Amino acid sequence: MAKALPVAQRPSPEHTPLLEVRGLTVAYIRHGRSRIALRGVSLNVSPGEVLGLVGPNGSGKTTLIRAVTGAVKPLSGSVRLLGDDVASLSQRERALRAAVVPQEPVLPDTFTALEIVIMGRAPHLRLLQNEGVGDLEKARHSMLATATWEVADRPAGELSGGERQRVVVARALAQEAPLLLLDEPTAHLDLGHQAAVLDLMRGLCRDDGRGVLAVVHDLTLAARYCDRLVLLSAGELAAAGRPKDVLRTDLLSEVYGAAVEVFPHPRTGLPVVAPAATDG
Amino acid sequence: MSLACAALLCVVMIGVALGPANIPLDATLRVLVSRLTGADLDSNVPATWQTIVWDVRLPRVLLAGLAGGTLAMSGATYQGVFRNPLAEPYLIGVATGAALGATIVIVSGVDVSLGGVSALPLAAFAGALVSVVTVYGVARVGNSVPTTTLILAGVALSSLATAVTSYLMLKDTSNTLSVFSVVLGSFNTATWAKVAWVLPYALPASVVILAHGRVLNVLSLDEEQARALGVDVERTKLILLGAASLASAAAVSVSGTIGFVGLIVPHAVRMIWGSDNRALLPMSIFLGAAFLIGADVVARMADRPSEIPVGIITAFCGVPFFLYLLRRARGAY
Repeated sequence: MAKALPVAQRPSPEHTPLLEVRGLTVAYIRHGRSRIALRGVSLNVSPGEVLGLVGPNGSGKTTLIRAVTGAVKPLSGSVRLLGDDVASLSQRERALRAAVVPQEPVLPDTFTALEIVIMGRAPHLRLLQNEGVGDLEKARHSMLATATWEVADRPAGELSGGERQRVVVARALAQEAPLLLLDEPTAHLDLGHQAAVLDLMRGLCRDDGRGVLAVVHDLTLAARYCDRLVLLSAGELAAAGRPKDVLRTDLLSEVYGAAVEVFPHPRTGLPVVAPAATDG
Repeated sequence: MSLACAALLCVVMIGVALGPANIPLDATLRVLVSRLTGADLDSNVPATWQTIVWDVRLPRVLLAGLAGGTLAMSGATYQGVFRNPLAEPYLIGVATGAALGATIVIVSGVDVSLGGVSALPLAAFAGALVSVVTVYGVARVGNSVPTTTLILAGVALSSLATAVTSYLMLKDTSNTLSVFSVVLGSFNTATWAKVAWVLPYALPASVVILAHGRVLNVLSLDEEQARALGVDVERTKLILLGAASLASAAAVSVSGTIGFVGLIVPHAVRMIWGSDNRALLPMSIFLGAAFLIGADVVARMADRPSEIPVGIITAFCGVPFFLYLLRRARGAY
């Protein structure tokens, strides 16, 4: 029997990235012409980490999420989920490893919120298997966490934009995948619910060792809730690192093509990003 | 569920008991019980009555039930797969395509039995598949199928298929089916043999669809979400559209094109039992069967001694309902 390795050398799951993107290039072909949406992008998401994806509209953030789910095929480069190439995994295996909260999810109006959340258990069930008590409990738990349990019996068509968004977040939680992919999870939420959803995903990372890749539009929120940021510009990686290294006035002004100001939060010292004041 | 079963049983009884020939209820019951249990209770019932009850009315009722159940189930399936509340075998051209397929085989006069099983439903299936693939291909915009393009493509294809079917039937005067009974749908030629045609196709198709109830729920989300929840979207769509088209085609090959059953019934079920396809699909089968048996009774009784094609009755109920949904829908589901 081999001698046990010292703790530091033991290959632990914490050192396998949940997500490993290498040299990812994606092109869309429309009307016979191809347009490069991502060029040579690399990034990692480790267990316990929130990686924020920031950049202007059309910089390739959503494309990156779609490449991770296998919805678009890379022209070159690779996407690995827990060590395996996405292309080699079945749709179900992908769903067991990564859960997605899409940008503007369309929900069928007549299904109730609970019916939609419990669909998160789909990858765990066989064709003829129905959800059991355990699945219902998981759905209830994730609905309580997203403050949607009180609308559980309401049809999706009667929910507000924010409620629909939180229902989809709850569904992704019920899926229990180690990696969460969130495409602007707070776009339709008010201040309180933004903080609640982002606090929740921070907590999941800290307590369960899950990893989060989140597209965040609001750079101040991104700085507040993400461990690291990746800044995309026209499909290329413009900067990556800790929020205070990425959110620099010169870099942001160049990438966004608009004058911005970055100043430290008076209490936390984290960067706060605002449009530059124009003094007449 | 037990309510739906009871309703269906009631309608079956009404369907067997009523008809142009005035047969007392107790005689009807005697014939049914004797034939089903082997007891000898019908010796004093006239032979013509026995024939009418057992060989004319009962197969007709069963055929109407089978057609109604499969059409309603197919409608619910198309609505889930297309994510469009107005998808329905008749409206998307599947029924008319199937009728054309069946008509081509009937007028060409080729022998269509394969080891005792009629292959006529297969010819109808081919026609149904051509329709569903064409309509889906034409109507699809990105990942969704908007109501306007779906209905327009379905109506256009239906018109063409009906025109060709009518031409073929009018040109060929030798066969026993009339143009009306194919284009408007009717059960006036029902026999036990026809019940036996439908079953080998409708049963397996129904089993496949019912097994996918939970998956069809997930598919009712958009395709990208269904994929993210682990559903192999392309394969599942293929299986479900294939099964729904086979079931509709089998129904159409014995009844002609009967519209709107697949629209009215699933909507009514959704209002009562909700959208979960695990309830919606079986309930649609029960209520679809009951609805079409009822409609066929009306078709037989309303204008005695002549008969109204049952498709006229379903259109009469279905079109106002369709227009109401169209007005309300705006893509909502």
